[in-house]
Amino acid sequence: MIGTPRQILIRKILLWIALILGACFAGLPVLWMVSSSFKSNLEIFAYPPALVDYSFSFDAYLAVLGDPGQLRFFFNSYLVAIMVTICTVVTSILAGYSFSRYDFRFKKVLNLIIIGVQSVPPITLMIPYFGLIVWLGIYNSYAALVLTYMVFTLSYAIIMMTGYFNTLPRDLDEAVMIDGGGSFVTLWRILVPISLPGIVAVGVYTFMLAWNEFLFALTLTRTNDMRTVPIGIHLLMGQHSFEWNQMLALSVLGSLPVLVLFLLFQRYFIAGMSAGSVKG
Amino acid sequence: MTTANPSESIQSSNIGWEQRKRKLLPYGYLSPTLLLLAALTVIPIGTVFLYSLVDNVIVNPNPPQFVGLENYEEVLTNRKFRGALSNTLYFSLVSVVAHFIIGLSFALLLNSRLLSGNVKAIFRVIYILPWVFTASIIAILWRLLLNPHGVVNFVLLELGIIPELNEWLSDRKLALNAVTFINIWAGYPFYLVSFLAGLQGIPDDLYESGRVDGGNAWQLFRHITLPQLRPIIISLALLDFIWTIHQFTLIWMTTGGGPLRSTEVLSTYTYKAAFSSHEYSIASTIAMVILAICTFVAIFYVRSQRMTDE
Repeated sequence: MIGTPRQILIRKILLWIALILGACFAGLPVLWMVSSSFKSNLEIFAYPPALVDYSFSFDAYLAVLGDPGQLRFFFNSYLVAIMVTICTVVTSILAGYSFSRYDFRFKKVLNLIIIGVQSVPPITLMIPYFGLIVWLGIYNSYAALVLTYMVFTLSYAIIMMTGYFNTLPRDLDEAVMIDGGGSFVTLWRILVPISLPGIVAVGVYTFMLAWNEFLFALTLTRTNDMRTVPIGIHLLMGQHSFEWNQMLALSVLGSLPVLVLFLLFQRYFIAGMSAGSVKG
Repeated sequence: MTTANPSESIQSSNIGWEQRKRKLLPYGYLSPTLLLLAALTVIPIGTVFLYSLVDNVIVNPNPPQFVGLENYEEVLTNRKFRGALSNTLYFSLVSVVAHFIIGLSFALLLNSRLLSGNVKAIFRVIYILPWVFTASIIAILWRLLLNPHGVVNFVLLELGIIPELNEWLSDRKLALNAVTFINIWAGYPFYLVSFLAGLQGIPDDLYESGRVDGGNAWQLFRHITLPQLRPIIISLALLDFIWTIHQFTLIWMTTGGGPLRSTEVLSTYTYKAAFSSHEYSIASTIAMVILAICTFVAIFYVRSQRMTDE
């Protein structure tokens, strides 16, 4: 930047003001949620409000963690998200390999369909899913959630995986093929190990999508022992209407897995987020 | 799975088999994907379409009756549907525009050369924070803040911005704007990270030659930054528009479409038609209309994707 030291100073001050205002917009609501989860239920809407007050305690967290019903939500969410992640990663590796390394007749059309699936509204699929899942005999089961979640995780995963394989030189797999390895061997022995960063990106992003899903979990499960965390929060809101601190504690605990993954794999997350829209 | 076969070069029938196998191989790798998409996308969409053409489906004891486009006529002329449609469009358009403005502003701030790497890293995490939370948690969070006795009312009242406590989510005049605001808060980080990546991709010499030509900051932004980001902006906006039309959880858990349908969007309207009123034909018809709108937008999205590819 060009300018006198004075101008630069002024610019810096303005920049910092903007930065801090932005941080308040993004961060204060979250800070308030976390601080409220440590208050007693009576103090949450106290007047005047305070960020931390005398009622500070871990009671709400202990209540959530001591309730087997609510722990079950976490167990279900982890189980479903992990299964969705594994299935999506394997399926998308196979599909990405096909799109990246082969030319075939319906390649363009199939590619368009897979991109297009992203725009199918979940609410449109919900009505037939209900009938289909009941007909398959998997209503109110983990299988119902894993299968339906994959419809929405797969298309990103395939787009990302194809893009990643495209960045790897073809000479690599050709060398193995000449040595007598089949295409399947090439994929698992050569491409998969060196694509690990791409696979982690797909996995992390898939886990997050599955962890957050709401509509299918709401309609395709019935009993509380099959509910996931987002639905658990919804139930808590209805049941004993205003156990605010417990709802907030459950929310904070329910956000931790994604937050931790996010902090650990920031770069991958960002790659995942932009894979659907931005290429290059 | 393996193509290694000792006698392959001798018999011609074997070569033909090999060739056919090679041709089928890519489909083999795609088969799990195709199977899943056929079973859980293509067939269900066909089913919804059929449901939308008949009456008495699923729960009704009477046999289904083909009614052609009557359901569509009924839906499209219904005042509730039109209200939901206009709410959906308002919610989506305002969200997309605001996401774009906030996402780009934050990206430009974080891209400033006056900041050190560490400062950028910290603020980047804070700015992306809303994106870590799932819609049902965002709903709880804002119900806490926007509660009539909540902290937002307190601050605005103390500052003299509002004359009295507002019922943000249960006042007919405020609720739609309140849920739109919540969606804006929840959704801008997606733009932010995409723009950050996009800004880093703009070569420095473009700006330098712009400066040599005497351009000021605004002109540089207008004639270099914006045109360079154009492909990203277009695909982001289209994708975001589609996602916002899909939005169900946030509205379901903040207002449930109320009060008095003032925040009813197409997805909550469909859900109620199906699971509260059990009018599956009508619900299917609305679902088809949403699909049509999203497909229309998606056509532009796929086109913009192709442009960036080539």
